Amino acid sequence: MWSFLHRLSSPPTFYRWSGVITPIFAVIAAALLLVGTVWGLAFTPTDYQQGDSFRIIYVHVPAAMLSLSVYMAMAFSAAIFLIWRIKLADVFAASFAPVGAAFTLLALVTGSIWGRPTWGTWWEWDARLTSELILLFLYLGVMALRSSLPERNQAARAAALLAIVGVVNVPIIHFSVEWWNSLHQGSTVSKLGRPAIDPSMATPLYLMIFGFMFFWLANAFSRARVEIVDREQNKRWVREALGDKAEMQRRAGEK
Amino acid sequence: MSPKQQTRLVFVVALVIGVSLAAFLVFKALGQNMMYFYQPSQVAAGEAPTDQRFRVGGLVVPGSVSRSKDTLAVDFDVTDNVGTTTVRFNGILPDLFREGQGIIAHGKLKGDVFEADKVLAKHDENYMPPEIADALKKSNDGVMPFGDGKGMARKVMTNEVQPK
Repeated sequence: MWSFLHRLSSPPTFYRWSGVITPIFAVIAAALLLVGTVWGLAFTPTDYQQGDSFRIIYVHVPAAMLSLSVYMAMAFSAAIFLIWRIKLADVFAASFAPVGAAFTLLALVTGSIWGRPTWGTWWEWDARLTSELILLFLYLGVMALRSSLPERNQAARAAALLAIVGVVNVPIIHFSVEWWNSLHQGSTVSKLGRPAIDPSMATPLYLMIFGFMFFWLANAFSRARVEIVDREQNKRWVREALGDKAEMQRRAGEK
Repeated sequence: MSPKQQTRLVFVVALVIGVSLAAFLVFKALGQNMMYFYQPSQVAAGEAPTDQRFRVGGLVVPGSVSRSKDTLAVDFDVTDNVGTTTVRFNGILPDLFREGQGIIAHGKLKGDVFEADKVLAKHDENYMPPEIADALKKSNDGVMPFGDGKGMARKVMTNEVQPK
């Protein structure tokens, strides 16, 4: 079991199998996002109170959910790297940050656009909104820390530490609407008991959530592939996998 | 696991626990200051500041909204089912403002009246098409079983059980 995982995570093997799986993720993501968007925008009824403006839920909720999941995944990879020093874990921690930051920004912007007509304000210093903004700064901080240290290993360790420290913010964001009186409403999707969203509106929402997940996987895997080739550019397997131009020309000349 | 890895594992776990503990203590110390708004019962009990601006949140009492004929001025009561506060506002109310809906008003207490300069609508977590909302309303004697700011009502109820 462990030796199998170890082999899967060795850079050349990872590069090979991820080359097969990444395009599959991308195709699934594109299909889900396309169907979910068209369904959500054109084929769901309007909300009884918000009218058409509720449709932003199809971007806002998946982006906000994934902004938290990606952070957890990033911190988990960071912890694995910190403890077991597995190179691939650090490659993934580095690959998760930009897509997580993008999801967070998207959640903040769509929330703000929705908040203007619904609440009557673009921004309020509410517990949920503020903690999500802090999440964006955490992502940016992790990315900045990594790129500011010249030595790769040192940079990776510093970024991993910050990512792990920032984990404390994740439950705060999730429970902010429960713990404090807040302007932001409670969770629609993960509410137990009676579903808070009508099934006719919920199906495209689930499609979008899975679409965002596969987009994240496709994005992170292709980033990880680039990162791994960049780090191991002087190794022989990279030259073999990518084909060394000079080498090929020399061989062609010999024939 | 080698001893070195074990040490690192312990370090990471200790780090997470330490930071969580620190965050918990910070929020405990901040206490009421983290609350986005006060509830009408807290205002009635004199827990809200009288000399500075704060927010009050609650459900708009049905039948309490009275508008001025020639200005934008409007008076209404907000309640958390325990206490009630009268809010006076001069401006444009958000689209979702209606009787029975959760709102948050930002302003200052003048005597018994809360003079608001900003009124925000608090949306709840329920989403449904209009036909289903109508059907629900009909089956419940013309009152929305939820969707009338129940998110806030539920919060109000839990706070009612555990008064601060």
